[in-house]
Amino acid sequence: MALSRDEITEKVREALVDALGVDEDEVTPEARIGGDLGAESIDYLDIVFRLEKAFNIKIPRGDLFPDNILSSDEFVQDGKLTEKGLGELKARMPHADLSQFEQNPNVQDIADLFTVDMIVRYVESKLGGEEG
Amino acid sequence: MRWIWIDRFVEFDRGRRAAAVKCVSLAEEHLHDHVPGFPVHPPTLMIEGMAQTAGVLVGDVFDFKEKVVLAKVTRATFHRHVGPGDRLRFEAEVQGEVRHEGAAITGTITSNGDLVAEIELMFAHLDQSREPVEPGEGNFVFNEDFIRLLRMRQLRDLASNGPSPDA
Repeated sequence: MALSRDEITEKVREALVDALGVDEDEVTPEARIGGDLGAESIDYLDIVFRLEKAFNIKIPRGDLFPDNILSSDEFVQDGKLTEKGLGELKARMPHADLSQFEQNPNVQDIADLFTVDMIVRYVESKLGGEEG
Repeated sequence: MRWIWIDRFVEFDRGRRAAAVKCVSLAEEHLHDHVPGFPVHPPTLMIEGMAQTAGVLVGDVFDFKEKVVLAKVTRATFHRHVGPGDRLRFEAEVQGEVRHEGAAITGTITSNGDLVAEIELMFAHLDQSREPVEPGEGNFVFNEDFIRLLRMRQLRDLASNGPSPDA
């Protein structure tokens, strides 16, 4: 049976509360995983494990949080994503809202794309994809 | 003193779960020093015992070639004191599977069937591409003491599967 968006949001919230030790009311849709909820590098893996368990899905490395776009000169120049880099990011993160970011694609702002809402949309697409 | 906070593996299911025991003794110095006059085994050392049980479980998956480090104590809840004469049982279970990036573990500690602690840990594999390791340096995480603990378990299995003395 397909989960509603509210049900997905609730389970994502639970995963983040358990992984990051934050309060439920801090986990708003627009909250940034790093900037607002204080996630550090190992926490992203913790979140992935919890989502896999909660939704019975497989999340390959780099699928939810792309991890090697920034290491390429082709994609990054002078601290900003190139056109090609932006294209790559869009392809790798179809679940993220890049509309604001692409106006000024500073590398250091990429982490701000990782929001609660992005995770919910990722899970939604994952569940939809597997059913279809 | 050697930094080993488990005495023996009693169960080992590769990549899935492991159980180890530790007997707490008044011969251990720290029992006298931690809370003078009230000998207790400190909870921090129980977390270390769980990390050692789980760390060997995780390291074994890639034949101890990865440097497995404790990256996060996600949760540690303690329910009772542990003192001399107690025999602790550490049970560690891999959540999902051990991945190339690392692993999540849930664990419980019991003593004579009573729940002592519930612990969740995260382990990471040190990325050798970012942290160059000199050839021949060896794996500083899994020293001989830990490998020996696991070998002891395997040797006991071999011994117990052999013909019994009564046969």
